[in-house]
Amino acid sequence: MTTIDVEARGIGKRFPGVVANHDVSLHIRPERVHALIGENGAGKSTLMKILYGVQGADDGEIVVDGRPVTFSSPTDAIAAGIGMVFQHFMLADNLTIAENIVLGAEKRHGIGEAAKREIRTISERFGFGLDPDALVEKLGVADRQRVEILKVLYRGARLIILDEPTAVLVPQEVDALFANLRELVGQGCSVLFISHKLDEVLSIADDITVMRRGTTVGTADPARATKAELAELMVGSELPSPATAESTVTERPVLRLETVTVADETGREVLHDISLTVHAGEVVGIAGVEGNGQSELVEVVMGMMRARSGSIHLGDDDITRLNTRAVRDLGVGFVPEDRHRHGLVLDYPLWENRVLGHQTSAPAVRRGLVSRKGARADAQRIIEQFDVRTPGVDTSARALSGGNQQKFIVGREMSGEPRLLVASHPTRGVDVGAQAAIWDHIREARREGLGVLLVSADLDELIGLSDRLEVILRGRLTARFDPSTVTASDLGEAMTGGGVVAS
Amino acid sequence: MSEREKAPAGGSATPAARRIAGSVVSGLLPPLVAVVAAMLATSVLIAAFGGSPGDFLQVIFSVPNDRVLLTIINQSAMLSISGIAAAIGFRMGLFNIGVEGQYIVGSCAGAFFAGSGLVAGPLNILATLVVAALAGAAYASIAGLLKVFRGVSEVISAIMLNYIALTMAGYLVTKYGQASGYTFTTERLPLDAQPLGFKIFADAPGDVWALSSLALILGIGYWFLIARTRFGFELRVTGASSTAALASGVNVKRMTLITMALSGAVAGLVWMPAYFGSVHTFGVPENFQAGLGFLGLAVALLGRNRTLGIFFAAALFAFLSGQSNNLQSAGIAKDVIDITQGTTVLAVVVAYEVVGRRRARSEAERVSRQLEAERAEVVAS
Repeated sequence: MTTIDVEARGIGKRFPGVVANHDVSLHIRPERVHALIGENGAGKSTLMKILYGVQGADDGEIVVDGRPVTFSSPTDAIAAGIGMVFQHFMLADNLTIAENIVLGAEKRHGIGEAAKREIRTISERFGFGLDPDALVEKLGVADRQRVEILKVLYRGARLIILDEPTAVLVPQEVDALFANLRELVGQGCSVLFISHKLDEVLSIADDITVMRRGTTVGTADPARATKAELAELMVGSELPSPATAESTVTERPVLRLETVTVADETGREVLHDISLTVHAGEVVGIAGVEGNGQSELVEVVMGMMRARSGSIHLGDDDITRLNTRAVRDLGVGFVPEDRHRHGLVLDYPLWENRVLGHQTSAPAVRRGLVSRKGARADAQRIIEQFDVRTPGVDTSARALSGGNQQKFIVGREMSGEPRLLVASHPTRGVDVGAQAAIWDHIREARREGLGVLLVSADLDELIGLSDRLEVILRGRLTARFDPSTVTASDLGEAMTGGGVVAS
Repeated sequence: MSEREKAPAGGSATPAARRIAGSVVSGLLPPLVAVVAAMLATSVLIAAFGGSPGDFLQVIFSVPNDRVLLTIINQSAMLSISGIAAAIGFRMGLFNIGVEGQYIVGSCAGAFFAGSGLVAGPLNILATLVVAALAGAAYASIAGLLKVFRGVSEVISAIMLNYIALTMAGYLVTKYGQASGYTFTTERLPLDAQPLGFKIFADAPGDVWALSSLALILGIGYWFLIARTRFGFELRVTGASSTAALASGVNVKRMTLITMALSGAVAGLVWMPAYFGSVHTFGVPENFQAGLGFLGLAVALLGRNRTLGIFFAAALFAFLSGQSNNLQSAGIAKDVIDITQGTTVLAVVVAYEVVGRRRARSEAERVSRQLEAERAEVVAS
């Protein structure tokens, strides 16, 4: 097998209002495992998509074996020898391994014995131990992942991009995967390994590149680098200084979680023994690498998930068993993580979106009837007060930019003087101006006694807004920091499970 | 689009006027284009098989006589009710293809109840409507429950339930009804429960059925529920984005059950105008008009789930069916009108999609243009 040498030089990618990648440079040497690490939202996915031809780059170039290339689709990337295994497997359960692999690549070796022979050869060569005739539905997660890798090898890939491949694996499976990866690079392939688990990165990678805020901020040699150094590179060394305004934190608890444990549908515990109090006038920031239980924490407070044990109180009201409507009616504003799916009905005009989530309270609804007049007037108030750039209340939410949509949502959720605001990534993907405006509004409401539970991956936001930081890791609150004294390496280590657990 | 038109215009007059003009165009143009396309397609087909498209168009666009007009009015009433039943589901993202089965069950239950004379006099009419609606709701709830608790697509279960409904109605009438000639029917409706109709057309045999007015009542009720009430808002939001509905506090599962039952309740009433107006008994296949449920889905699609649209679509379908009776004398099989109806629906779905996309794009462009202009002003001043 011929080797492959892939280099990205000065890659830039802009989306309306957001710069996703700028000046990203990365050299994946032949026969090496190259790890790409960084926080969520650091721009890793965008870079991957550009390397795999899903999106085109606005600036820079990709160089394969010394020749500049342009990919207009994944087909081009595969033809150049670059294949990708996504985090979510794309396999048909009711087909065999061979059928899954051949699907879409029928031209290579047909769909019969020749194809199966080729699959067996690859499987044996890299020690995958897969039987082409086995049904995919009978396979475990680790085997499915091998099928996905085999799929890209079958298509002739020599650089294999793996997006957080260990997220779905148990430790023994991780070891087995790493053995497979070693086998791959030992026989001429290259691997780009995307992760934010520092232990794993240090144990498997030959080269490490770190991304932060859309750009590559450094490289590290795994033989010499420590976890603390990597963590600092990931989260940045210079942390923003928190706002100097005096504290508005009171002694009055608004939200109180006591030993809350939550399990998902499969019975796996996603939140374990969470105890947390948000006081009136206080912003409690939840820091953590995404997927460590933040969404579940928000959902259990909002009544969208049920706690298996423990209790949740809003002031003096027990809301442990209440549904979303009842929780909202008790005075909770909710800025959901995904504004398009949860925050807005995109095809509805703004005034109807004003009603959304506030179907039980004036001025949007009175005595069971939607008050057109009330909702329109209040939508207009939000537009003015929160500086939402729109021609008017009849404009559909879809026509607005992300920042303006988000300003509208924040304005709506602060209507009716809520006691608590649950804000999940309130400024994700919005431009700097909208971000500053949203922060100002949250600070102002805090002064007036609002309690805020803030989930975010943006350290500027967490440190700039929070009165207290809690770190969530694998469903547990593992560390607590004062935002005015916390250091980048402390936070980074706590978030990635890289260091000692602070008390 | 009717909701938007009525909304007081914000901002200056010109964009508001343009918006209203825009919604009129996007609301009326698609069905118009669809009807023309359907006429064209049917004409081509008739010509291809050696018929005369000219005769076809002449018969269809002739002035209907009183007899046909009467049929058109009564049929469009029933089609409207069926369309409303389907639209309730559509607005929540449910494809209630079971309107057909639900109205069979509603008709059967209603006819058995009314015929039994359990409630005396005119009150029997009201009681029967309640029974028919409840029966339709209960039958629809089977599909609703299966969807919510077992994840069975309502389309699949409702199709199966449609067949079960027809067979079951036949069985029940045979077992508990009375023999009438070669078939079986339910007991006849007592005379004191037969409402007087409206004698509008002197030359037509029969009246505009009293309960055809049910279509108007249900139409207004449907509009009020969807456009004005909180429940209607939640129903629409669930249909437009179930995730947003969930986050806003709507219990989506319960909403699914209620919507399905409500749709079934209206479906249960579809045939009541005919039953009380002229048939007075129920029996399959002779003393029943099957197929109204499926047509209701088409009517709702063509009418964009809006009350006025549904009335218009129902009238159009009834008009085409009514006029098609005269096609025989022109030597054209009346069944070609099914092709016209089908093509109309197909064409209108495409046309609405095209108009909808164009609208969304032009709105986005307008917003960015306006904001650009504002920014320019700020910079200039």
